[in-house]
Amino acid sequence: MQKAIKRVYMSIIFLFLYAPIIVLIVFSFNKSKSRGQWGGFTLDWYIDLFRDRQIREALYFTILIAVLSTLISTIVGTIAALGINNMTKIGRTVVLNMNNLPVLNPDIVTGVALMTLFISIRMELGFLTMLIAHIVFSIPYVILAVLPKLRQLNKHTAEAALDLGATPAYAMRKVIIPEIMPGIVSGALIAFTLSIDDFVISFFTAGTSATNLSILIYSMAKRGVKPTINALSTLMFLTVLILMLIINKKNDKGEDIII
Amino acid sequence: MQRRGRGRIAYPYVVWMAIFIVVPLFLILFYSLTEGDIHNIKDLKFSLNSYNRVLEPIYLKVIGNSFLLAGISTLICLIIGYPVAMIIANTDIKYRNLLLMFFLVPIWMNFLLRTYAWMSLLSPNGLVNRFLLWIGLPKLEIMPGKGAVLLGMVYNFLPFMVLPIYTVLSKIDKHVIEASNDLGGNSVTTFMRVILPLSIPGIVSGITMVFLPAVSTFVISGLLGGGKTPLIGDLIEQQFLSSRNWHFGSSLSIILMIMILISMAVMSRIDSSPEEERRKI
Repeated sequence: MQKAIKRVYMSIIFLFLYAPIIVLIVFSFNKSKSRGQWGGFTLDWYIDLFRDRQIREALYFTILIAVLSTLISTIVGTIAALGINNMTKIGRTVVLNMNNLPVLNPDIVTGVALMTLFISIRMELGFLTMLIAHIVFSIPYVILAVLPKLRQLNKHTAEAALDLGATPAYAMRKVIIPEIMPGIVSGALIAFTLSIDDFVISFFTAGTSATNLSILIYSMAKRGVKPTINALSTLMFLTVLILMLIINKKNDKGEDIII
Repeated sequence: MQRRGRGRIAYPYVVWMAIFIVVPLFLILFYSLTEGDIHNIKDLKFSLNSYNRVLEPIYLKVIGNSFLLAGISTLICLIIGYPVAMIIANTDIKYRNLLLMFFLVPIWMNFLLRTYAWMSLLSPNGLVNRFLLWIGLPKLEIMPGKGAVLLGMVYNFLPFMVLPIYTVLSKIDKHVIEASNDLGGNSVTTFMRVILPLSIPGIVSGITMVFLPAVSTFVISGLLGGGKTPLIGDLIEQQFLSSRNWHFGSSLSIILMIMILISMAVMSRIDSSPEEERRKI
């Protein structure tokens, strides 16, 4: 009896979670342009997707910015974390509090604050400002992912390497970096997902010359979305699903999945 | 000596933070306390006018609405989400990861797309209403309006409530629960006196993770509320992008930040009080 209630409850929750996704997928095959009417099966929107210049450009910007900001914020964040770890207690507290501001502040405040800065220093809003904004909100998460690993690091291993004649750079490369790698990887993953998914901060810092997918979808949703977007979301959903299944398969030994 | 020297490699990032994190926030504070042409700094003079404007009834109502809707949606997320977290945590380890994964896959989809999908589901002639009509129930006319905004908030932020609660619940030592049962506690007492108190840290971080994005959203209210129920986020967006009144927009941002800080301080108090009690015992 209790089991049945649980089953029903979870089914309702999953129906609620997946209903909009199923709708997007079903309507991506819909011949009729209207959102409520079923006009027969078609693959036209998928073909359109590869022809649509606007969507292609937005996809290009989204991925380019995600890759660049992940790369830069992972490197800068890891170096900063190494430094922060060696600071005095007061210095560390001050720096970490500053670092936490973009994490705790609502996105909209971070967005308008950065926009105000860029316009005040007469920087034209566009690709560069959007990239800077993404790096600004990504580095804190990289630092928060790397720092705990540095804390766990056994100090003596690095010292031993130095005593055995390793140069500091060599000890860093061969001892410290491999030890904190899991933190760096999860920091990079967080940075990448945040960047791919960001709308609010991009919306305020992108101006009109650069548009990412989120901004495009928002402006389309206000005017009425082209069914092409449904096709795109179906493909995105499948990509995510396959990736998650692969990760889950690899972690099948009862460990928690990486989120 | 080695240690001291290595701290310096964080300095470039400190400079970066000063420019891109601290200065922008001070700019917001500065604009909130001045008035005049924003493009001509010499022209700006000190003024509290934009804060006075926040106190006008029409804007107070917007702020009140934001906190009310965010509060209600947080509560709904907690009520719906707690059982979900419990069910997932109690699932056999073989299926648990799979269940958790399927629960989390939707949040990996662009959230604007999911919100947009709700627009077509909830529209007057949308699928939900057709289904209701088909089974003979009255139409659900919540979009555009507060009901749809609430639904959008719950939909988008429910995983952020479930996840921290699940994490805490899955770490509870099973022996503690067994001990409670052995000592004669029935399932209700065990839940009220053992499981629930132990899961408070998860609940607190869940509440913060839902409330924060809900109170400052402008996307959900913009798409599902149809401009009928503007929230403080919509107001800020308008002031910066269409009305170009940075002073008023900045005061609203400062007010939003302060109110969030207060709510977070309250939440961390709740989080720490049972901890202290436990330590006393």
